[in-house]
Amino acid sequence: MAKSVMADLKRDHITKLLSKGMRIDGRKFDEPRPLTVEKDFVQSAEGSARVHLGDTYVVVGVKLMVGQPFADTPNKGVLTTNAELKPLASEAFESGPPDQRSIEVARVIDRGIREGKAVDMEKLCIEPEKEVWIMFVDVHAIDYDGNLFDAGNIAAMAALKSAVVPAKRANKGEDYPLPVSHVPISVTAVKIGEHILVDPTYDEEIVADARLTVTTNEKGDLCAMQKGGSGSFRPEEVLRVVELSRKIGADIRSKI
Amino acid sequence: MGGTPLPDGIKLIDENGKRLDGRRPDELRPLKIEAGVLKRANGSAYLEWGPNKVMAAVYGPRECHPRHMQDPTKALVQCHYNMASFSVDDRKRPGPDRRSQEISKITSEALTHVVFTEFFPKTSIDVYIEVLQASAGTRCAGLTAASVALADAGIPMRDLVASCAAGKIDDTVVLDLGKEEDNFGQADIPVGYIPRNDEIVLLQMDGDLTADQFKTGLNMAIEACKKIYEVQRDALKRKYTLPAGRNGEGAEVN
Amino acid sequence: MQQNDSRENVREIVVPGDLLSESGLKAGPGTYVESGHIYAAQLGIKTTRSNVVGVVPLSGQYIPIRGDMVIGKIVDMGASNWYVDINAAHQSSLHVNEVPWRVEFGETGKFMTVGDLVSLKIVGVDELGKVQISMKEHGLRKLAGGVVIEVAPSKIPRVIGRSGSMIQMLKNATSCRIYVGQNGRIWVDGDLDSMLKAIDAIKLIEAEAHSTGLTEKVEKLLGQKSGKGE
Repeated sequence: MAKSVMADLKRDHITKLLSKGMRIDGRKFDEPRPLTVEKDFVQSAEGSARVHLGDTYVVVGVKLMVGQPFADTPNKGVLTTNAELKPLASEAFESGPPDQRSIEVARVIDRGIREGKAVDMEKLCIEPEKEVWIMFVDVHAIDYDGNLFDAGNIAAMAALKSAVVPAKRANKGEDYPLPVSHVPISVTAVKIGEHILVDPTYDEEIVADARLTVTTNEKGDLCAMQKGGSGSFRPEEVLRVVELSRKIGADIRSKI
Repeated sequence: MGGTPLPDGIKLIDENGKRLDGRRPDELRPLKIEAGVLKRANGSAYLEWGPNKVMAAVYGPRECHPRHMQDPTKALVQCHYNMASFSVDDRKRPGPDRRSQEISKITSEALTHVVFTEFFPKTSIDVYIEVLQASAGTRCAGLTAASVALADAGIPMRDLVASCAAGKIDDTVVLDLGKEEDNFGQADIPVGYIPRNDEIVLLQMDGDLTADQFKTGLNMAIEACKKIYEVQRDALKRKYTLPAGRNGEGAEVN
Repeated sequence: MQQNDSRENVREIVVPGDLLSESGLKAGPGTYVESGHIYAAQLGIKTTRSNVVGVVPLSGQYIPIRGDMVIGKIVDMGASNWYVDINAAHQSSLHVNEVPWRVEFGETGKFMTVGDLVSLKIVGVDELGKVQISMKEHGLRKLAGGVVIEVAPSKIPRVIGRSGSMIQMLKNATSCRIYVGQNGRIWVDGDLDSMLKAIDAIKLIEAEAHSTGLTEKVEKLLGQKSGKGE
């Protein structure tokens, strides 16, 4: 219902609250919104999940198809991540081919899965150089109240964990669970003035100066990062977000 | 439809007259509708109909884009039907194809019939239908959900549109085809219907039917639409009689 | 500010197409007539006053009506006008003749600029939905400071309350300055704690607009809570 037209006055109000240690929805600065994860939401997909992160709502489906490997990785499966930010989810999104925003969301989620070695890609090889499994991770925004990066990442990881390789259907032997070996989790924070807030809502996103997404694995090591927005972070602020990501990421990982 | 040979050993109707999923010929798959499930949209509805899972969201009336489509005397009802890539067994390429364009058009037309478009000149009422899981009958599911979402958005309208398909399998006319029935059946008749005035606002047919079979099928679909109409009304009334929940989702979620 | 409070006691929810009356009554807002019968044209609450049956909508966009007080946002400027978003289907144009200052051609930006919020009155709506707006009335001005929150326009009558009782209670309890636009925008200004209390109360009214005993719930919130979101 709320539109983005109130940005200016909202910024003043949000800043005023922040200076007193409060956020517009009453959360602490380092507190993510309530999370619900429902795996196997879509039976037509090989793996799927529906995730509510506060009022942000995404559905991710994983599909697997037999295809050709890339020449430089002849014994590995292929990962393709796509994000659909369609006007169903917000008046801020437009129809048509993926725009820069949805490409960024897709690529940040993709990088987390890929660099975090979430899936053992060698186990997706059927016959080296000839046939491998092509894995499509499709992220659909259904209701947009900020932070699609994390909602999408959580839903993607939950969907991968629930996925089964449909080998039987393709006459490639017996079905087997998708070999998920790591669970990289992203945590996004924004900077408004001097304040760092995790898991921003739409209102916080539109008034934010800058954004930082940090993806960590279960050991607490980093696997991907993305800074966005025209503002800047100081080095100690980046380190702070890294620490927050490790801490909050562990908590989120236990829920999927 | 029609002509696809049935794999060996599969019978769409057994000796007791029951279908693959155990339904009688005139039996609907289970249907559940929830109104007002999204925060951002002006109106929304989520529907589960058998294995189908469909979300509909309404935005507007708002400035009409593209501009050249504007009508200075009335609102344009613009429907956008889309199937998620993972909604079917073989991944569907994202984006509109010819099938979804056609469904968007006939759905827009069916809804335009009930909306008081003359109240909102030069505007667009945008209806987004997202099929998350598809199992035959998604255009009917989409139209049914969309009309609930329009009412939830407070759009002035004459009535709700209910929609359901009939079809033919094993030479028998049946209601609300399931996935295998759709793949291996002989005919399909999707119908959009307004019970109060006995009006048909969406009608398609493909396959092979005698005139009598068509008549039987149409009647069957119409009778089903009357039941679906009550489910739609109930979903809208329920949203406002439940204690106000987050997003109006009521007691079921969270 | 207008108030068209709906009845507390009988709350029959109707959906488009529901039959409201077969004869004897006149068709009010939110209804239509077909073959002499009156039907609901909107999702809402059926109301019967004297011999008029109508539907008070439970949802829907803001539809401008002459005389409404609204809050607009400047989204663009011309040499002799401002373009204003009033949360309706179309933008409106505010001409320099309709503001309380004398503005020379090309100097609109000296008075108000993109992003400014203003209180306005709807002075006319034509058949094509084109809206005429004005700031030339006592009390209409640029809104500085404070915060604007948005609620569903259909809930605004509840925020105002019967004869303005609800809004008066909010103002008294919080000492905030509150300006309610019929278009679903509410401007609140005061010290931070009071503002938060007022915003909480308005959110409660929006969430529970159609439940009974609303006044008591709001009273309770205003009496007990002191700041901080939930």
